[in-house]
Amino acid sequence: MPSLLSLYINNKAGGLIFHRDFSSAAAKLDINEHLTLASTFNGLAMIMRQLSPVPGSSGMELLEADSFVLQSFDTVTGLKFFVTAEPESKHLDAVLKDVYMLYSDYVLKNPFYELDMPIHCERFIQKLMKLADDYNKRG
Amino acid sequence: IFLMRKALDRPPRRAHEVSQSAFAFLFSELIQYSQTRVNTVEELQAKLEDAGVGIGRRVLELACLREKSSRRETRVLGILQFIHSTLWKMLFGNSADSLEKSVEHDDEFMIIERAPMVNAFISGAPCNCAAFVAGIVRGVLDGAQFPAHVSAHEHEDNRTVILIKFAAEVMEREKRQA
Repeated sequence: MPSLLSLYINNKAGGLIFHRDFSSAAAKLDINEHLTLASTFNGLAMIMRQLSPVPGSSGMELLEADSFVLQSFDTVTGLKFFVTAEPESKHLDAVLKDVYMLYSDYVLKNPFYELDMPIHCERFIQKLMKLADDYNKRG
Repeated sequence: IFLMRKALDRPPRRAHEVSQSAFAFLFSELIQYSQTRVNTVEELQAKLEDAGVGIGRRVLELACLREKSSRRETRVLGILQFIHSTLWKMLFGNSADSLEKSVEHDDEFMIIERAPMVNAFISGAPCNCAAFVAGIVRGVLDGAQFPAHVSAHEHEDNRTVILIKFAAEVMEREKRQA
C-alpha cells in the first residue's frame, strides 16, 4: 500500500510554515534544508506556470518521479499545500483538501496562532497524523 | 447578545442554531481582543469569565422564557440540574457529561464536560478558555439568586471541570429549607 512521505505548507511569501514526515522512508534533511527547498518550490511553481504549453495553466499540480510523486494544492489565499508520497499513490488531491480543512479548523480558529507563522497547534498535528495513518492503511 | 436577539425573533423551535464555525471565529476574536488588553494569564482568564457572566444572566432569562415553566428554582440541586441539562442543551446541543458533589466540601459541586465545545479548535493555549463557560454558569447562578464562585479546571485526557462553590448564605438558606 503506497504511503505518504511528507507534507509541506508554505505561506503566501513562500516561507515554510509547516512540515511533517509520515514515514521513515521520507527524505532525511535538516531543518534549514527543508526551509530552503520549500521556498524554492514556490519559485519553481511560478516557472511551471509560465512554461506550460497549455495556455491559462494554473501551474504545477502533480510531479511524478521514479521514486516518488509530489502533489500540490494552491489555496485562494496564496498558501501552498504539497505532499510527497510513494509512487502509485492515489487520491492525493483529496488528501490535500482534507489537510486544508484541518488547517482551516484547527489552525485558523485557534486564537493563539499568528497568521503566516510556523504552525505548532497540537490538535492540528494530532488530526493530521490520524489522517495520514488512515490513508496509509487504506491507500 | 446579537445571537440572543436574533433568537428571540424566531418562534421557539430548533431554528435557533448557530454554526459552530461562526461561533469559533467569533470566540477566537474575543480571545485575541482580550489578550491585547491584559498583561498576565490570570487576567486573560478573568476577562473571559467576565465576558461569560453577562451572557449567563441573559441566557437565564431566555431559558426561563422558552421553558414556559412558572416554577422558579429555589433549591441548590434544582438550579444545578437546570444548568446541567436545560441550559447546556440550549447552549451546546446536549446535556453536560455529569454533575457531581464534592466529597470534601459541602458547598462545592462540579459539572464535568469531556470535550467542551468552546475549546474544540483551540490548542496550545496558556489558559483554559472554558473560563468563558465558567463565567456563563456564574452569570446564571447570580441571576437565579445563588451567588457562587465558579472556575474552570482542566484535567488530563481533556476533561474540563466547572467547579462551583456556593456562597455561605446560599448554604444557610438551603439548610433552612431542608
